[in-house]
Amino acid sequence: MAGSHSQDKRPLSPHLQVWRWHVTMATSIFHRAAGVGLYIGAAILTGWLVALASGPLSYDGYMGVLTSPLGLLVLFAITAAACYHLANGIRHLVWDAGKGFEPKVATASGWATIVAGGLGAIIVFALAFLF
Amino acid sequence: MSNSLRTPLSRARGLGSAKHGVSHFIHQRVTAIFLALLLPWFALSLLLSTDGSFDAIQHWMGHPFNAAGTALLALTGLYHMRLGMQVVIEDYITTPLARTLCLLANTAIPALLALVAVLSIAKVFVGA
Repeated sequence: MAGSHSQDKRPLSPHLQVWRWHVTMATSIFHRAAGVGLYIGAAILTGWLVALASGPLSYDGYMGVLTSPLGLLVLFAITAAACYHLANGIRHLVWDAGKGFEPKVATASGWATIVAGGLGAIIVFALAFLF
Repeated sequence: MSNSLRTPLSRARGLGSAKHGVSHFIHQRVTAIFLALLLPWFALSLLLSTDGSFDAIQHWMGHPFNAAGTALLALTGLYHMRLGMQVVIEDYITTPLARTLCLLANTAIPALLALVAVLSIAKVFVGA
C-alpha cells in the first residue's frame, strides 16, 4: 500500500501549521512532549540511584554534574515537565470520568495545568535550595 | 445486531481486533493514579526530610517504607513510561522495520532501567 502511486496521491488531513493555536490543543501537544522528555528524566533518576549505590564518591560526582549550570537547567526543565504532566494527567483523569468537557472549563483547566507546571517547578527548586 | 460480522464469541470476549481489548488504556490510567500519589510523596519526602547529602539519602533509603516506595515509584513510572512511548511510536513511526526496532527498544530500555533501579535501591537499603 505504501509504495502504490495511486494510494500516495490521496489527500492528507491538514497538519499542525494550518491550525490557529488554542490552549486545549497546546496542552495536548505539551502533554506528549513532556512525557517523552520524562523518558530522559527517568534515566537521570535511575543514574542517581546507581550513583547512590556506588558510594559517596560517585554520588558526589553525579550530584556535581546535576548541580552544574547546565545540569540545573536540564533538571528544571524535567521538573517542570513532571509537574505539568502530573497536573494535565489529573485533568485527563477527570475527562475520563466524563467531566470538564465544556469549552470554557477545558480552556480554564488547560491554563491551570500550564501555570501548575511552572509554579510546581519553582516550588520544588525553592524547597531544594531552602532546605 | 444481525448485520454484524462479529461472532457472538468475539463480542462476549470484548477484546477487539488488536486482541488486548482496553487493557492498555486501563493500565495507563491505573499507573497514572498511583504515580500521582508516589511522585509527590517521593519528591516532598526527600526535599523536606533530607539535605541531599549522601549520608542523609542513605539514611532515608535505609527505612523499609522509603526503599519500598522508591522501588514502587520506579516500577510504576517506568511501566507508565513504556505504555506512553508505545503510543507515540505507533503514531509516528510507520515503516514496519523501524517501528519494530523502536518498540523492541521501548521494551528493553524500561526493563533495564527498572532492574538497575531496584537493584540499586536494594543495595543502598542493605548497606545503610
